[in-house]
Amino acid sequence: MRDVAVVSFAQSPCLRANRQDDMAETLLPVIQEGLSNTGIDRDRVDFFASGSHDFFEGRTFSYIESLDAVGAWPPVSESHVEMDAAWAFAEAWTWMQLGEGDISLVYGIGRGSLAADLDQVMPSQLDPYFLTPLRPHRDALAGLQAAALLDAGLVTERAMAETVQRCLADATTNTAAAKAGHYSVEELMAAPYVATPLRTHDVGPIGDAAAVIVLAAGDTARQLADRPAWVRGLDHRIETHYPGVRNLTDSVSARSAARRAAELAGFAAMDVDIAELHTEYSYQEALLATALNVKDAHINPSGGPLAGRPVTATGLVRIGEVAQRILDGRADRGLAHATNGPALQHNLVCLLEGE
Amino acid sequence: MTSNLAVVGIGQSKQAKRREVTIGALVREAVTAAMADAELEFADIDAVVLSKTPDLFDGVMNPELYLADAMGAVGLPVTRVFTGGSVGGHAAIYGAHLVAAGLAKRVLVVAYSKESEGNFTWALSRPLPFSAQLGAGAGGHFAPVIREYIRRSDAPEHIGWKVAVNHRLNGIRNPYAHVQRPDITVEEVRSSPMLWDPIRYLESCPSSDGACAIVVTSDEDRPQTARPPAWIHGMAWRTETGHFAGRDEVNPQAGRDCAAEVYRHAGITEPARDIRVAELYIPYSWYEPIWLENTGLAAIGEGWRMVDDDRTAFGGELPVNPSGGVLCGNPTGATGLLRFAEAALQVRGQAGEHQVDGARRALGHAMGGASQFHAMWVVGAAKPGETQ
Repeated sequence: MRDVAVVSFAQSPCLRANRQDDMAETLLPVIQEGLSNTGIDRDRVDFFASGSHDFFEGRTFSYIESLDAVGAWPPVSESHVEMDAAWAFAEAWTWMQLGEGDISLVYGIGRGSLAADLDQVMPSQLDPYFLTPLRPHRDALAGLQAAALLDAGLVTERAMAETVQRCLADATTNTAAAKAGHYSVEELMAAPYVATPLRTHDVGPIGDAAAVIVLAAGDTARQLADRPAWVRGLDHRIETHYPGVRNLTDSVSARSAARRAAELAGFAAMDVDIAELHTEYSYQEALLATALNVKDAHINPSGGPLAGRPVTATGLVRIGEVAQRILDGRADRGLAHATNGPALQHNLVCLLEGE
Repeated sequence: MTSNLAVVGIGQSKQAKRREVTIGALVREAVTAAMADAELEFADIDAVVLSKTPDLFDGVMNPELYLADAMGAVGLPVTRVFTGGSVGGHAAIYGAHLVAAGLAKRVLVVAYSKESEGNFTWALSRPLPFSAQLGAGAGGHFAPVIREYIRRSDAPEHIGWKVAVNHRLNGIRNPYAHVQRPDITVEEVRSSPMLWDPIRYLESCPSSDGACAIVVTSDEDRPQTARPPAWIHGMAWRTETGHFAGRDEVNPQAGRDCAAEVYRHAGITEPARDIRVAELYIPYSWYEPIWLENTGLAAIGEGWRMVDDDRTAFGGELPVNPSGGVLCGNPTGATGLLRFAEAALQVRGQAGEHQVDGARRALGHAMGGASQFHAMWVVGAAKPGETQ
């Protein structure tokens, strides 16, 4: 594999609802920060990749507006996934392997607050003939998965509360977090359910934000960053769509993505110092840590998605948070995880390392 | 890095209003056909790329989730690409990149739209602040561009009608084409209703349900079948900003740059001589001369003359859209991949009734948005670098 590294990460604060800026206005300062960290101009970028989703904006081709803000003149080499931008990151990393260029810029922009009612939107993610008409509210399938884990004795409500407690405490030092604070487990467990056994704090708060990562190859990466965060392995896997035919107490796809990423990287999840997991719900931390085989790592030192979940940028932020700690010298090896779909249907694993 | 890439399987569904099948079943038709063509099993595939125009078109959000089973993708990496009408081309290129990068041996690229289950015009009516709600649709956007092409090139008005007839006559040779009009005449096109001056009803593409799938492999992992592969000689994508004063939408810079790169990769110095057949993204008839010029297959101002002289008709020296093209079927999410796949069918000699004799190298072309997204590939019957 060609050596490719994250040389810069920038994100906007995850706001619960940003009614001041549109897509472009949210994104543009983040792109500028992402590039200025490396001292390069936009014209040095050889490839752009982005992730966003029209359903949150409520209109088609919303990505054109963000692209126009980024600027594509003279014409650029560019692609877009209508998924979490972590998958755009995967596409950019693939493109870098071709050797046709040395610098890529990946951005994700998500504004989950725009939908008047996410319970109307999220069922559209399901099989349109058999599942969507049931219109499960957006936390319902997660509640089923959490209940399955409780029944199997793989997690407890107290353990879920402890995860939330730790994440929100860690988030107090994260200026991008939408939610942070020091809570007692008893205080958290006294909150009412929103989808048994999930309470409000067990659900990552949807928000609005953008994230940007600059990737560079080989010596270019070494010129642009003192300590590049090398992408050593990356893989992603999908499972069957139907929750009724999956074993909800395991994540087979996260497990196999981690295995493949480790093959490429030469080290595995058990070897990392930090892990940023795309835990949209608190119960997913235990499930993912087991499936990925994360051992002693500090999980979600940023507070993770339980402290702020800007849709379609959340997974990219996980990669960025791990990379930033490597760039800063606060970590040597890290794992970033992204997910999409009901009950962790689709999972991506990225292993990064400093030199 | 893998040097030689091959398209070894191609499948498509009938393009039509397909209310009798679900989206999953529609997709499965194309996937099954592509896998059978490649003589491969799902266990032989190690990545899937899905191409689809806006999710709001048929109302399924993140369709790669629902379609994981229908695509045989369970347990595999799946990416859902979206770049407007060019998306099928982007998906094919990303699939090929995965093989070229050594990250996959065999990639299944899947594309579809099921427009009969959505509301296209509603989905395209974007309520942007400060924008007039014209509800003009795609034709309303492209009509002034066509007017400008006519003004610049001094083309006679029958060119658009003639392209519409040529493509419809091609379409009757393609059993998968949505529109089947064996008796169409120039007079009929001319007298069809005016939709967006100068675009008449019969100069416009239909709205279709349809799916397409291809299998891309490295040379080393190519199945040894009786049917020859199509070799990928060059591929490129380019994007330009959609709206700013001075942008030339008649001859977009991104399209020119994209074509220049794809020919450079393919070692082609004279495209009009070296390309034997072209599948171009032509949603309105006048886009045949427009794209011929933009892709370098005709000199500026000469595209319409190629139409007038029958050079782009079936049997001409450079047939355009022998499959019938977009004017005979437009499942938007699949349309770009269909152009790429039809180009590959031609160089494999597998295009059936619409096979162009001696099609050794073909251009597949896809464009999207306000013509700001472009994707192209050149495929050949011989391996890159071998005598063409």
